[in-house]
Amino acid sequence: MENEKTFLFDNPHNVKRILHILYGCCAVLFVLDFVIRRHTIHSWENLWGFYAIYGFVGCVILVLVATWMRKFIMRPEDYYDDEGRADFEDSADDGLPNKDSAAGGHDVDA
Amino acid sequence: MMWMLELPPFVPFYIGAFIALVSRGPLRAAIMLAIPVLSAIHLWMVPEGVYLQFAFLDYQLIPYRVDKLSLMFGYVFHIAAFIAIVYSLHVRDTVQQVAGMLYAGSGLGAVFAGDLLSLFVFWEMLAVTSVFLIWARGTRRSYVTGMRYLIIQVLSGISLLVGALFYGAENGTLEFGYIGLEGVAGWLIFLAFGIKCAFPVLHNWLTDAYPEATVTGTVFLSAFTTKVAVYALARGYPGTELLVYIGAAMTCFPIFMAVIENDLRRVLAYSLINQVGFMVVGIGIGTALAINGAVAHAFNDVIFKGLLFMSMGAVLHMTGRINGSELGGLYKTMPRTTVLCMVGAASISAFPLFSGFVSKSMVMTAALENGFDWIWLLLLFASAGVFHHAGIKIPYFAFFAHDSGIRTSDPPANMLIAMSISALLCIAIGVYPSALYSLLPYDTGYNPYDATHVLAQTQLLFFAALAFVWLNLRGLYPPELPSTNLDVDWLYRRVFPTAVRSLLSVIWTLDSTIRQTIRLRLDSFLGHLARRYEGPSDLLSRTRPLGSMVMWVAVLLATYLFLSFVG
Repeated sequence: MENEKTFLFDNPHNVKRILHILYGCCAVLFVLDFVIRRHTIHSWENLWGFYAIYGFVGCVILVLVATWMRKFIMRPEDYYDDEGRADFEDSADDGLPNKDSAAGGHDVDA
Repeated sequence: MMWMLELPPFVPFYIGAFIALVSRGPLRAAIMLAIPVLSAIHLWMVPEGVYLQFAFLDYQLIPYRVDKLSLMFGYVFHIAAFIAIVYSLHVRDTVQQVAGMLYAGSGLGAVFAGDLLSLFVFWEMLAVTSVFLIWARGTRRSYVTGMRYLIIQVLSGISLLVGALFYGAENGTLEFGYIGLEGVAGWLIFLAFGIKCAFPVLHNWLTDAYPEATVTGTVFLSAFTTKVAVYALARGYPGTELLVYIGAAMTCFPIFMAVIENDLRRVLAYSLINQVGFMVVGIGIGTALAINGAVAHAFNDVIFKGLLFMSMGAVLHMTGRINGSELGGLYKTMPRTTVLCMVGAASISAFPLFSGFVSKSMVMTAALENGFDWIWLLLLFASAGVFHHAGIKIPYFAFFAHDSGIRTSDPPANMLIAMSISALLCIAIGVYPSALYSLLPYDTGYNPYDATHVLAQTQLLFFAALAFVWLNLRGLYPPELPSTNLDVDWLYRRVFPTAVRSLLSVIWTLDSTIRQTIRLRLDSFLGHLARRYEGPSDLLSRTRPLGSMVMWVAVLLATYLFLSFVG
């Protein structure tokens, strides 16, 4: 890893640059709302920045609710791992790995 | 030429499967590639009409019927089959290759089936052939998952068969046209379609099974089963209002699950349900524009969802890992895959100039125009949400995020070519939607590229991206954690087996208690009798002389004699 060349996003400046471009685009799009006259069907579409705010707030709520859901539905990774053992006479000797054993993964469907 | 017309599109695929079974090496590859191409050219020249029908018992069966709706799905199934075959050219597994061909053929058979009985046959063939793509993974987990998948799919088929028999009895015909939610038949067939279409609560087979299939198998799986169900709903239940609400639920609930799911192919499986939800809403609205939107979105979804599954398959193939918690930084060594994945991500997120935009906007517009305001708001939320989990999360956690230290390379050429074909199609359809629109069942003159639509969608997406950045910078974004998330499958994988087990143990305990009690009672009763009557001259130990016995026998015989005289 030490001698490896640095890649695009190894440099924090490039990440910053991407973020600034995003902020700029968002600002321009928000301003365009005041410039472009749209033909609307629903009255809410006439609210300034409706789509922008809806997109932002919607996503924040989505992520917060989903994170909160983890309290109820998250279980350890091996939660269901005892399944199917009864189908094989000797679970240690059934010849079927429970997960792809090879880390290389090249034999997944070889 | 006549016999050519009468050749249903599933036949070449079934023949191809047979040839793949007996051939090997480059010959097998060439044949498998040639079949979808030749069959597509053939299909392109077939005009609408009924090409094959015969009488069976009292009913007219139509195994091959062509109209605009079925053609649309027929075309995209050919494209999907071709791309998936290219993607799996490196695979040296006869089972997978034969199963893939049969599966694609069965999908084609189903969309060109003109009656419910033929539909049922292909419906079950879809289930039976596709399960081998899951079992081919060769792990215990895939074996068990495949079993569950097969059971649920076959149940859907049984519901369809029983529904079809009721339908035949009620209407005197098995022709597959508008069915509607009337009577037992309508509901049974609706249930059958609903299972395959992954309606909420019935959806779990999909997110359970697809991520457990092989790298190439999932690409096949993502294309056919759910789209056949969408086709069937579009033909049997257009304009059924219930579908609007079911579809809206389908667009919304999976995005919550997708945000916290760790297995990136399972994230895609959830987003597959989300996308099918848009199609189901379109079918439920039922206007020309809405149906067009549903069908066009199905067409596009097959391609961009295939592309996303292929890119994640490439990651799994090259690194052996697919959990977001173990990946990251792959853009350094898989740059081509990264770009191709991002094209798929932009398409599913419906960015202007990508394919999702030109089809999803039709459904959204139709929802607004027909007064489904709340549904429209939900769809808008789901659009932002899909960008969040499929558009950003998938590429971000696989290719960027923190560097996992994995150094690999782009996948084999055939995989890259398959992904490139899909990516090109995504962009081509997005830039030039008229070609797609001209194939749709109705002519609506819809134009997605006006300032209003483009601005609204771009604002929505950019601010959704802003939300992602903001949450990440604030540390509010849920980290990828190695975990299993409970879904409806918990009911039949945990609660139901546990309930049955404890119910059985209660029954066994109860049973043994009752036996014990009765035996004890019986014993004590016998003991009581013995004590009571076994004294030297009591009832049970009294001795009777032989003579009295002989006398009673004589009395009995005399009675018989008497009765025989009287009778």
